[in-house]
Amino acid sequence: MSEWTRKDLLGLEELSTEEIELILSTAASFKEISTRAVKKVPTLRGKTIVLFFFEPSTRTRSSFEIAAKRLSADTLNITTSSSAIQKGETLKDTFKNIEAMQVDCIILRHSSSGIGHTLSKCVTPSIINAGDGCHEHPTQGLLDMFTIKEKKGSLNNVKVSIIGDITHSRVARSNIWGLKKLGAQVTVCGPRTLLPRDIDKLGVKVTTSLPEALKSADVINVLRIQRERQEAGLFPSLREYAIRFGVTREKLERFARKDVLVMHPGPLNRGIEITPDVADGSYSLILDQVTNGIAVRMAVLYLTLQANADGEEE
Amino acid sequence: MRLLIKNASIIDARSKRDEKADILIVDGKISSIDSGIAAKDAEVYDAKGMLAVPGFIDMHTHLREPGFEYKETILSGTQAAARGGFTTICCMPNTNPVADNQGVIEFIISQNRKAGLISVLPIGAITKAQQGKELSEIGDLKSAGAVALSDDGKGVMNAEVMRRAMEYASMVDLLVISHCEDTNLAAGGVMHEGYVSTVLGLKGIPRIAEIAMAARDIEIARFTGTRLHIAHVSCKETVELVRRAKKEGVRVSCECCPHHFTLTDEAVKDYDTNTKVNPPLREPDDLRALKDGLKDGTIDCIATDHAPHAEAEKDVEFDNAPFGITGLETALGLVMNELVCKGELTLMEMVERMSFNPARILNLDKGYIAEGADADITIIDPNKKWVVEKEAFLSKSHNSPFIGMNLTGKVIATVAAGRIVYNAAG
Repeated sequence: MSEWTRKDLLGLEELSTEEIELILSTAASFKEISTRAVKKVPTLRGKTIVLFFFEPSTRTRSSFEIAAKRLSADTLNITTSSSAIQKGETLKDTFKNIEAMQVDCIILRHSSSGIGHTLSKCVTPSIINAGDGCHEHPTQGLLDMFTIKEKKGSLNNVKVSIIGDITHSRVARSNIWGLKKLGAQVTVCGPRTLLPRDIDKLGVKVTTSLPEALKSADVINVLRIQRERQEAGLFPSLREYAIRFGVTREKLERFARKDVLVMHPGPLNRGIEITPDVADGSYSLILDQVTNGIAVRMAVLYLTLQANADGEEE
Repeated sequence: MRLLIKNASIIDARSKRDEKADILIVDGKISSIDSGIAAKDAEVYDAKGMLAVPGFIDMHTHLREPGFEYKETILSGTQAAARGGFTTICCMPNTNPVADNQGVIEFIISQNRKAGLISVLPIGAITKAQQGKELSEIGDLKSAGAVALSDDGKGVMNAEVMRRAMEYASMVDLLVISHCEDTNLAAGGVMHEGYVSTVLGLKGIPRIAEIAMAARDIEIARFTGTRLHIAHVSCKETVELVRRAKKEGVRVSCECCPHHFTLTDEAVKDYDTNTKVNPPLREPDDLRALKDGLKDGTIDCIATDHAPHAEAEKDVEFDNAPFGITGLETALGLVMNELVCKGELTLMEMVERMSFNPARILNLDKGYIAEGADADITIIDPNKKWVVEKEAFLSKSHNSPFIGMNLTGKVIATVAAGRIVYNAAG
């Protein structure tokens, strides 16, 4: 088993296959804790974790917070409206101040791609990227992979189709990096206007045809479509989007394999990118994803904080 | 005042002179060029083993004064220019207030007189407040001393406004310099649109934002029969458009910048905001095309687009950082390192692209070494190896992606109007 040496988790791009496998296997061993009557282990007792969310989030923030608490860490939530950023303080200054309070880990969500990379160079606490702009959302990628692996046994040669707004999706990017490294075959599908330039160079199949994307997939991962993309002129209407790219039971029955599995990172736009009969139906892994998110985030917090503490002793 | 430069290897693109000689300067003019000139009561500068070339002329800088003196002043900017071997620089009008009127142009000229190092030639705004709507008082700008017109930093989106500007400017013999960027296509972009922007999740500026506007402006120049200069060409397709237009007799010239032929968009991969520049760093094919364009003369000259920004402004999220690279002090090193040392340009061609051609485009009686000419001379050690150091910048800003880079070829001294305005020896 390989050693984990990174103090930060900024993306899946830079991780090796072994590192990803280590997170997934660590998560598997943590999953059981959440099923106990007393859902708490002392692993991170005495550690302070700050959750810094500059974008709205329910699922990811509470998932991280629950993960931290189940490992006995102390947590603090800071949101944009409650931070000094409102008073004009730069993010770097804010982080320097948080660092001076001797916290061990900062979990960061921010609308600017790459902000974790920039800040990780100027502060010592572990930085966990909980979504940076359109760049990466590594723990979402990991929990998606964990969920697929749980059902399929392995990711090797599993065919995954990611459907929706690929251009603006950090979930898509983290999934692509991670899945490719573990041997899965990835197809991305969406309107031409929401497929970023040169995406094929990441080693994925690209199609604008939903039937095509559904046809061979073992798993489909449906992304949330945001209204503001329509307002920005990237597609004509939500109605037309739903007709062409919405995943419905009818389309699944017509084009997909019988045992196809459906995932969605949430929050759902029911009736637009996914219909309720799919989201709530037998195909759906959506709530498994949420459950597994806790275990994966426990694993990430455990590994990075351990590595950071080891670094200090050297 | 007399200055004698001894034993220099003179390289001059106008006369094609490439020989060792002494240069005697009297009262700001070159009085004689000969071997073994005797030094009677003249200050002597021994340039043995060095090149003496016509002082570089930069058609494209931002000196930030008035309005943004925390980034750069005319004094600090001209100090940086002198360190880079530039004896004449043109400054873009995106100051605050914008140089769209006689007052700001006169202020810049007056500030430079106080700085007293090199020539600064202001460029006036094409449109009032660079809004792209109404023409500036172009006649007044010319009378005040503006040497060209540009709305640099923004494209003039309205083609009718651009057409009328080019027609009106030609009447008073002012060159229009186009910042070719379709702002609708480029909106929100922070780097080149391509594989790297896709991986980084940063919004891309597509190459067509530049190409489409260059094509439009070339057609306006063709239609109106007026002159056009295209600033900071970065795409291979733009080079090809200019090449074809020149062949067809359109009166178009263009420049490219050292950072655009040195770095690709791969340099952005670490989210270093010092690589954030507009137009953005492109792809290997584009770098190849820029070098070929410089070689065959499609690209007339090298300009820095010196764009100083304070550290605090660049030390933010990539999305929020301003565009721009400080360029005056690294230009020669990059040109030598990337072009001359790698056999892309001869020294003679380099001198033409950095001194003679800018003067020709701007109708300046400068950019050459000859008896009677202005004594603007740059002394270069072509073999000097040096490292770009943050602390060494004379500019107020040091927003350079080249910090730490090893370069070959360095400016050793700069003579402007007969005076040594920069001397690396101290």
